[in-house]
Amino acid sequence: MLLKELSELNGVSSNETAVRHFIRDRIQGKVGTLHTDRLGNLIASKGQDKKGPKIMLSAHMDEVGLMVVGIEASGLLKIKAVGGVDERVLLSKRVLVGPQQIPGVIGAKPIHLQEREERQKPVPLSALFVDIGATDRSDAEKAVKIGDLIAFDTKADCFGDGLFKGKALDDRAGCAVLLNLIENEYDLPLYYAFTVQEEVGLRGATVAAYGINPDFALVVETTSAGDVPPLKKHQASTRLGHGPAISFMDRSVIVQPKLVETLVAVAETAGLPYQFRQTTTGGTEAGAINQTRAGIPAAVISIPCRYIHSPVSVLNLNDFQATVKLIDAVLKNIEQRGLPV
Amino acid sequence: MQTEELLMALTNAVGPSGREDRAAQILIDFFTTGEGRPWITALERDRLGNIILRKEGSSPQPPRLMLAAHLDEIGLIVTSFEEGFLRFSPIGGVDQRVLPGQEVIVHGREDLPGVIGAKPPHLQQPDESKKAVKIEDMVIDLGLAADRMAALVHVGDPVTIKRDCCALRNNFYAGKAMDDRASVVALVECLRRLKDFRHEAEVLAVITVQEELGVRGALVSAYGLNPDLGIAVDVTHGEMPGLADYEGFKLGQGPAIVTGPPVHPLIFEKLKTAAEAGKVKYQVEAEVTPRGTDAYAIQIAQAGVASGLVSITLRYMHTTVETLALDDLKETGRLLAEFVTQIDRGFLEGLACY
Repeated sequence: MLLKELSELNGVSSNETAVRHFIRDRIQGKVGTLHTDRLGNLIASKGQDKKGPKIMLSAHMDEVGLMVVGIEASGLLKIKAVGGVDERVLLSKRVLVGPQQIPGVIGAKPIHLQEREERQKPVPLSALFVDIGATDRSDAEKAVKIGDLIAFDTKADCFGDGLFKGKALDDRAGCAVLLNLIENEYDLPLYYAFTVQEEVGLRGATVAAYGINPDFALVVETTSAGDVPPLKKHQASTRLGHGPAISFMDRSVIVQPKLVETLVAVAETAGLPYQFRQTTTGGTEAGAINQTRAGIPAAVISIPCRYIHSPVSVLNLNDFQATVKLIDAVLKNIEQRGLPV
Repeated sequence: MQTEELLMALTNAVGPSGREDRAAQILIDFFTTGEGRPWITALERDRLGNIILRKEGSSPQPPRLMLAAHLDEIGLIVTSFEEGFLRFSPIGGVDQRVLPGQEVIVHGREDLPGVIGAKPPHLQQPDESKKAVKIEDMVIDLGLAADRMAALVHVGDPVTIKRDCCALRNNFYAGKAMDDRASVVALVECLRRLKDFRHEAEVLAVITVQEELGVRGALVSAYGLNPDLGIAVDVTHGEMPGLADYEGFKLGQGPAIVTGPPVHPLIFEKLKTAAEAGKVKYQVEAEVTPRGTDAYAIQIAQAGVASGLVSITLRYMHTTVETLALDDLKETGRLLAEFVTQIDRGFLEGLACY
């Protein structure tokens, strides 16, 4: 299963190589052009000589994680977060360290030796470490080095009524959507950008959009679903099983109203479910793309996903399929009617 | 079965306190139809579910020696349903801070995979991340519609955290339920060694239940067996940042022999003598309170039992990544076997003279 394979690859921001190679091997020979730019974005095109507006679809390959920033005399590894990681999700988890995927664990002080009040406070990241079973620093240095990236060690799988769980669904699910669409033919010059370093400041998309210089960019994301107690309904942002989420505004961009209206009209005409992303926090690549060159119109369609940026996130496979269908319908709409003016 | 294979199989198995049957079955199979069959004389289970592995002694009036290690693990239990999610309480000492972002298995009418999710930073209020999430505010996400969930899950169903044991460097292993299945494996190692040894004492290796809820299995099995001597094997804390030097024992430096109220002074001495005779490297642990291990219950069974306590060093106790050195576990097995061979009638008679 494509989503499972993508989720289980490790690609913490700035080392997306495993994901890039996986995607490249999968699409080689099926696309018109294929290249990796200097930041590591993988850019494929189909129909680049066709008439019509140049379209960029973007999904990021990177995931949040940790980095080795020090090795203690004891052989334990000191860590920092790469991207937005809540330190409270780290205790008592398994991780994989560096290019050799060395197994490690993030331990915690035993409950027996804690004061009662300690359990009300999170353990700060500065007090956490990864244990790879090294006997001392020099033993640890045989397996890992400063700067190695650390990913959660999580197996992905289907569960419940049509749900799917795994790490890095933000945004491997978006990558999987693009890989579904890349099989189709559209009468448009269409660029597929699998980008790097989204989680550390939308960096890949910035240069990818500059290089492609599209007339319109559609960012395919995975966004937080807060349809979980104790959050109230109005705090949910998005809900699983209610279709792809259309953004009107987030921290990084105000989507042009005519683009939002077009996405909604396409969904309604095609009879596809959709919802609005009902919070305005969090940034997306649309913000970076929107302000590239002399300005590029950009919109965002997201798959709702619970518990993103943690070792295990959850999405609904119907939402995933509906996202593929909605973007397909959007592209067909542009084929026939061009971009909204 | 290699020691590490048994350790992995046992720690991966499901067996929260009071629901130890699935973990127990692995041992029952091992000692009734498996490799361990010839190592023992008999296998029994008592009414609370303790497994008693007997091995005869060579003496016509053998000293009766109970060895105990507990099989149960900490866990969670379903308390109510809410909007398609489950609320839960802990079974045993669970630090609420290890729960967000864990995958779990709800043991309902079938095993159901679920997630204790973590609210993403994007939906948090400012400063929210400065407080630990309270266990009463957490839910298990089973991804099931409310009617399906009601059919498959009942209030009172146990929940375990999904975590496979894995090997780290240097033969360190990390997983859940090392407390105290590592000691169970040490008992198996002891029996493996004793098959080639002549010993006067009758060995009663007891795999106890419900230790985490108050040493309940040890209490009734010690009463039922009424041994002359009892040694509990449990885990102690391994060194790590945040612990004082005296609180954390070293991994890979052998078992810790405990002294203090739960331990008869002559048993403490005999364990050290046995370690020296067998060239087993050991550490000494001072335990001020008798609570918290099976030795507590064994010591006060019937008219009293001369008891001892041996610890295997374990980092991150009561998390799902409890970490130990495989050698410590093997050496503990070797120490126990050496101790068994040194027990005779004379030692027993000396116990009342101190």
